[in-house]
Amino acid sequence: MTVETRETRAARASASQDETPPGSTKIAVRDFNFYYGDHHVLHDITMEIPAKEVTAFIGPSGCGKSTFIRSINRMNDIIPGSRARGTLTLDEQDLYAPSIDVVALRRKVGMVFQKSNPFPKSVYENVAYGLRIGGVRDRRVLDELVEQSLQRAALWDEVKDRMGSSALALSGGQQQRLCIARALAVDPEVLLMDEPASALDPIATQKIEELIYELKSNYTIVIVTHNMQQAARVSDRTAFFMMGKLVEYDETNTIFMNPTEKLTEDYITGRFG
Amino acid sequence: MRHFDRDIEHLKELLLRMGAMVEDSINESIRALLERDTAVADRVIAADNAIDQMELEIDQHTIELIAKMQPAAIDLRFVAAAMKITPELERIADLAVDVCERATELNREPPLKPLIDIPQLARIAQDMVRQALDAFVRRDAVLARQVIARDDEVDILTERSFRELLTYMLEDSRNISRAIRLTFIGKYFERIADSATNICEMVVFLAEGKVIKHSNEGA
Repeated sequence: MTVETRETRAARASASQDETPPGSTKIAVRDFNFYYGDHHVLHDITMEIPAKEVTAFIGPSGCGKSTFIRSINRMNDIIPGSRARGTLTLDEQDLYAPSIDVVALRRKVGMVFQKSNPFPKSVYENVAYGLRIGGVRDRRVLDELVEQSLQRAALWDEVKDRMGSSALALSGGQQQRLCIARALAVDPEVLLMDEPASALDPIATQKIEELIYELKSNYTIVIVTHNMQQAARVSDRTAFFMMGKLVEYDETNTIFMNPTEKLTEDYITGRFG
Repeated sequence: MRHFDRDIEHLKELLLRMGAMVEDSINESIRALLERDTAVADRVIAADNAIDQMELEIDQHTIELIAKMQPAAIDLRFVAAAMKITPELERIADLAVDVCERATELNREPPLKPLIDIPQLARIAQDMVRQALDAFVRRDAVLARQVIARDDEVDILTERSFRELLTYMLEDSRNISRAIRLTFIGKYFERIADSATNICEMVVFLAEGKVIKHSNEGA
């Protein structure tokens, strides 16, 4: 390792620190509504998501939790006829203001999906992709950041000797962690995870959960999960959605031990319907 | 009905069966004492083994429930309450055995005096256990709090009975062994009432999710 590399690392490490203190509001949502054409999918959502904590969204299929998580980095914009009403702010900046640069927003708010979707490229290129688009050209800087991202995603040790191999040759769990590394490479502050472990076996799932736990010291994490026990294990706060409404939002301990709403209780104890 | 509900129902049945056995032991221990019936005392002592086995069975069932069902919310509180209530019931049964052992020893000598406070204390403790189990079955936090409030009554009676027995001891040293045995018996019933109080604290946790143990509330 050269001196330059260490300097680069130090510079990068300080640059990647989100200054928002843990627990203070990172994302604030006020009377937020969302529509797909005439279909009103989210109704008056109001909540605050704290920085550097894990917030889980739970609820039955079609309850709006995925739409909501996608609203946070405006992934729904690509769906024709979709529109939002109300406010959704990140660090007090309105994400739906006309002045918002959506590409910059998505760098700041990374996303990982249910089905891992690595590019049909090498492991290295998958992680370097966003950096190259972001204008990083220096090979040494790229090497450094790719390694750092893979380290953070707890994948480095498994792939360091096969950086040139196709990402599609990795196992499902490794592909998902590669996607997390790819999201981390562009230095986001918020990480949105839409069912990140639902297609993985228990061991790969556990690795993802461990990773979430480690990442929360630096990132604000929002996770959608169908697995109630996963929400209970990984999250600090849990929001329960039903039919497009936020039914209850509280500390995860409270939701799982003594929820206030009967609906929440029925859902998490499996007495639904 | 969920598969899980049947497991919870089964756990409840086991607890109630154990509760009934324990109530029997208290009843019979009071009878052994008041009627000076050593044969009854022997039966209570012999029955304790079945109660101990019941505790093991409930423990096993509860742990299996946690492992397989991962209960949450009200289900979790129910399972946690069951785990805390079972050893209280087992302890109550042990105390009934202790009463019977002291009663057997007392029956070998003439009565020291007519018993007044101790039978009253015993009836209150017995009542508290019965109501604690009722409160548990009905998930009734109001009843549970009423039972907890009766603990003061028990403390007063225990103290009064102790003072009275002390006068017998001071009066004539030949009274000491019997008076001490009766003091112990008073203490056993006081502890039975304490266990009933502990059960009721778990009932409040079950019903409301609130921990009132070691707090002023309900006490």
